[in-house]
Amino acid sequence: MAELNIRERQAGDITVLDMDGKITIGEGSVALRVAIRRLLEEGKKKILLNLGGVGYIDSSGIGELVSSYTAINKEGGQLKLLNLTQKLQDLLGITKLLTVFDVYDNESDALGSFK
Amino acid sequence: MYQQPYPGGFWKGHASLTEETTELKLPSSIEAINDAASAAADFVKRSGLGDDAAYGVDMAVREAVTNAVLHGNRQDETKTVEVEFKDSPSAIEITIRDMGEGFDPGSVPDPTDPQNIMKTSGRGILFMRTFMDEVEWSRHPEGGTVVRMVKKRVKE
Repeated sequence: MAELNIRERQAGDITVLDMDGKITIGEGSVALRVAIRRLLEEGKKKILLNLGGVGYIDSSGIGELVSSYTAINKEGGQLKLLNLTQKLQDLLGITKLLTVFDVYDNESDALGSFK
Repeated sequence: MYQQPYPGGFWKGHASLTEETTELKLPSSIEAINDAASAAADFVKRSGLGDDAAYGVDMAVREAVTNAVLHGNRQDETKTVEVEFKDSPSAIEITIRDMGEGFDPGSVPDPTDPQNIMKTSGRGILFMRTFMDEVEWSRHPEGGTVVRMVKKRVKE
């Protein structure tokens, strides 16, 4: 079984990635990077990461989230995060990245926040 | 003393009534990080630490072995990473040694400084310090960097 499973769905012009597994150095981080790169190549620039199924993330995974955020912003898009576990919220707090990411615990609120 | 072959290295250990030690010798590969984390999880389970402490130890071991593989040994698979877990009544102690050129933790910029927040790396040491009670680095007399991390047992 893959370290990180990613399912893609559309909600209007917003792409939602439902993620399940671990985002750690190696396979998990690479899977996220490849998914974001492919969406940008397809011109999909409004991206909501549903991280409710991600129970574990390491510093490499956090770095990949930052890298995704920067890449999407550079293309004039938006990246938002949905359904963070308590552990991930804590990690984003420790790294002060909660001030950077737009975080939601309700999908309709998250979808409605995209411009 | 028990010893078993391990892909690219070995693991061995011994146990007494008051202290248990497990040693691993791992290749300098990304896969070895998961192997070290699995060994840490088994060790922590045997040591009886709670779930929160186990999560913290897992995170710290992953980050320390990642540093050893990527920055210490620079993924040179002819170099190994040695990991030792020690369990005692008061704490568990983990030491990780690489075969690199040496490391000054003071040279790593603070990842929470506003100018570094958007960097894509440099948070591993912050996580090690966050999740363990003690973290210290030293130079091994035969070469390489040793990081020693301690998680104290919390009396209930």
